[in-house]
Amino acid sequence: MKVVMAQRILRANDQVAKENRERLQRLTTVNLISSPGAGKTTLLEKTIAALKGDVVISVVEGDIYTTRDAERIAGQGADVVQVNTEGLCHLDANMVGRALDHLNLAGTDLIVIENVGNLVCPAEFDLGEDYKVAVLSVTEGGDKPAKYPLVFRQSHAAVINKSDLIPYTDFDLETVTREIMTINPDLEIFVISARTGEGLEKWCAWLRDRVREKKN
Amino acid sequence: MHEVGLMTAVFEQITESAKANNIDRITKVKLVLGKMNGALPDALEFAFEILTPDTMFEGAVMEIEQVDITVECPKCGAESAVGKIAYFCPECGARARVKKGQEFYIDYYEGDERKEDSVEGSDGAKDSAG
Repeated sequence: MKVVMAQRILRANDQVAKENRERLQRLTTVNLISSPGAGKTTLLEKTIAALKGDVVISVVEGDIYTTRDAERIAGQGADVVQVNTEGLCHLDANMVGRALDHLNLAGTDLIVIENVGNLVCPAEFDLGEDYKVAVLSVTEGGDKPAKYPLVFRQSHAAVINKSDLIPYTDFDLETVTREIMTINPDLEIFVISARTGEGLEKWCAWLRDRVREKKN
Repeated sequence: MHEVGLMTAVFEQITESAKANNIDRITKVKLVLGKMNGALPDALEFAFEILTPDTMFEGAVMEIEQVDITVECPKCGAESAVGKIAYFCPECGARARVKKGQEFYIDYYEGDERKEDSVEGSDGAKDSAG
């Protein structure tokens, strides 16, 4: 007997992502995606500090094994819940849904989900977020957008981090920016050094606007 | 990527549907996979091989239909097959929409229906339940 299903394989994930989205109706949610070492956690620490008193950020911290990143975020005074994927290469909607149970959602304006460091798999999984943000660092090399186009295609914003290191590398900001724009002309691009704080203000203003936009 | 996890999801969805259709052995699984997707056919085949023993899928064959990436131009209406993710219409240069290539779904499966051989026993079960 032949049974036609025509059913999406990630259907179960999509369903939970939809539930997450309904649950987060008033809250803005950002899914941060990058390769390991691009500086997601440092960017997040600096962002939390810069928006203190203005936007209350809670964090879902994805990591394969450790709680190191979550400890750093907690050090900034933000509500944080750690999700250890135990080897899995991405967060899925179910993990995020369970993590949300442990956050004080009523007292939060912005949820940042720091995905597992990986430019491939996280792009395929809807978590129920409003915005995907791809983080690329100068030291990784400028060829990454062309090599991993899907994540840049699906993102709403891209952060080019570690801009303070540009003078010491072959990273050509103009070429990389142009290449990113051919992949996704709608992307907001932020050039930032999370370490020195350069460019952070514009990024924080963008987040503040997204939060305000959704609340109204 | 994470093909074993994906294949596990395929098995779960088919098992659920097979139960509803009174099927107890799967003989064929057909998937459709767009080329924009990160999942690799070879890795899916390998996951299928290692996951099937001692399940209702044992001995089944899997076919994966790959779908080329096609973009559609909102400006000139051209539909073009492209080798990799393309963002602009090869005909007129306007921004193009991806039309095909993002698919990842179970098309169909084939299986053998369970033999109805326990009709007599059902009466007894009804009595004990009452």
